[in-house]
Amino acid sequence: MINLRDKGAEIWERQGRLGRIGIALGGVAIAAALPFMGGTILNTPIADYESVLVYPIAMYVLMAIGLNIVIGKSGLLDLGYVAFFAIGAYTMGLLGTKTSLNTWEILPIGIAMAMFSGIILGVPALKLRGDYLAIITLGFGEIVRIVALNLGALGRSEGIQGIPTPPGIFGIEYAFDSHRIYFWTLLILILLAIWMVRRLSVRRAGRAWESIRQDEDAAELLGVPTFKYKVWAFVLGASVGGAAGVFYASKTLFIAPDNFTLQISILILACVVFGGMGNIWGVILGAVILGYLPDRIRFLSDARLLVFGLVLVIMMNLRPDGLLPRKKREKAIVKKDAP
Amino acid sequence: MIGNFLDQFWSLTFGGLSLGFIYILIALGYTMVYGVLRMINFANSEIFMVGTFATIIIVRDVFNFTQTSEYATGFRLWLILGTALVFAMVVSGVLSMLVEIVAYRRLRRMNSGILAPLISAIGVSMVLAESVRILTDSRPVASPRAMEKKFLGQFFDAGIRIDNTIIVISALFLFGVLITFVNKTRMGKAIRAVSMNPNAARLMGINIDGVVSATFLVGGLMTGAAGFFYVLKYENTSSNIGFELGIAAFTAAILGGIGNIKGAFYGGLALGLLETYASFFLGTQWKAVTVFIVLVLILYTRPNGLFGEALTQTRA
Repeated sequence: MINLRDKGAEIWERQGRLGRIGIALGGVAIAAALPFMGGTILNTPIADYESVLVYPIAMYVLMAIGLNIVIGKSGLLDLGYVAFFAIGAYTMGLLGTKTSLNTWEILPIGIAMAMFSGIILGVPALKLRGDYLAIITLGFGEIVRIVALNLGALGRSEGIQGIPTPPGIFGIEYAFDSHRIYFWTLLILILLAIWMVRRLSVRRAGRAWESIRQDEDAAELLGVPTFKYKVWAFVLGASVGGAAGVFYASKTLFIAPDNFTLQISILILACVVFGGMGNIWGVILGAVILGYLPDRIRFLSDARLLVFGLVLVIMMNLRPDGLLPRKKREKAIVKKDAP
Repeated sequence: MIGNFLDQFWSLTFGGLSLGFIYILIALGYTMVYGVLRMINFANSEIFMVGTFATIIIVRDVFNFTQTSEYATGFRLWLILGTALVFAMVVSGVLSMLVEIVAYRRLRRMNSGILAPLISAIGVSMVLAESVRILTDSRPVASPRAMEKKFLGQFFDAGIRIDNTIIVISALFLFGVLITFVNKTRMGKAIRAVSMNPNAARLMGINIDGVVSATFLVGGLMTGAAGFFYVLKYENTSSNIGFELGIAAFTAAILGGIGNIKGAFYGGLALGLLETYASFFLGTQWKAVTVFIVLVLILYTRPNGLFGEALTQTRA
């Protein structure tokens, strides 16, 4: 089977500095132009195309990048990622309605809250073995939702209403229905997240995660402080989820526990695995497709989730490593040896 | 509060026990598959859901019960219950085997790690849940009551209800059959061998695909029985029921030590009782939180669950 990932990497490596900047700018330009393509075949029937671009597509991409740090990079199965999304959203909801802070001021607070809860969950949970981590994180996701559903301060099932939109910045106004502006802002957040992950991947943290994913015991024996790096992966993943949550609350103006069900965690996990675990471009592609598909096939109305499930089964059977799998390390080594 | 609790202790305990036995049977579906494949059988919850619907089809459509018909008695009652139980088990068991073929087999042969099969199993469970949801118009379905729920007797202050009794006795029986199957039969021996070391088992001439199919079949049979008991106790179902019970049963399996059949037994009982007591003290909305906190504490002190892992240990 053709490995698109390797083809892409080849083209990238052949370019000089200018060529690379060109490719990157081209990619960003295409992504930024997406809101103008509502008239083309990309249009989603029934659902508003531009709002679909913001949620689910861009939100999923952001969350999938975050979850990829946890699952794809360091191989920790997290089934409760939605918890961090919810914590970010509720931080925005509470502080936005109860205090005079605006979205940009709350964003770092929301990220900090998500990271803090990542530590609270991660420190005990990451001492456990892989499969148990899955159930503990799954439970954590449910607990966050149940707490939101039952605590009066968090609005119970009615949730929080009247969350303010972000205030204007650099002369750009965030009106409730100007989806484009939100999309472009999210695009910037996504680019920041990509930049963070790419920088980390080639540094000590990235190498530590890679070694943990491949063989945790061997990594520990070779002096990698595995526990520390696992917590770091967890916390960084949480921070991206928290950022997505803050922005989500500020976009929809209304949040309720029903927005943060386990289904979201599973969907984001599906995005990561479907696209190609560990490879950030694959993950982004997976999130775009899985976010877009249910709205694109909305004309199937009732049967759309059924079709969605079928697509998951068929695709995983045809390409178990995802659409754009990670680069095979072994392959790269062989290439270097043979001139 | 405490006085109240003591007053209701036995009736809570009976309710918790029968819920616990339902959990045990579903947990067996998870634990058998995990023991052999080391994979989470994500679709098991939907197999349970299909089991509940199979039961209702027998009671409502085959024996033409409606909400107003009279209770069946004597032989006819046992015939109805027996048919429903067997039908639910067979439907779920066969479905479970099909799920393995569709979602796992190809990926298993490719040796593709645990995540790809997990996602494809998630896909299968979405397909199952959504098909049933479309067929039922997203509405919960009530089961007509075929059996009069009378009290068999008193135990302290609590009445012993006939449906709870049936659940406990038949679940114990099924569990005994399963233990015998795994420990005494040729196929059971093969299952244990594959669980211990798949490669060595293959070298010994064991047909791995057959063993995996059998494991899914047995897990599905048990899960289907749980579907029947659930309808007997609660008399309704809906297409999204699998999720909640599946998570609880999976927790039970982990609590006892996943992959360990006896672990599923004690884990299910502990979870059923714990949930019932916790909902009494804290209200039903907090029961899931309590359960998970207990789970974390147990895993923290005993990282392999209460009874350790592995199907192989059932020999002891």
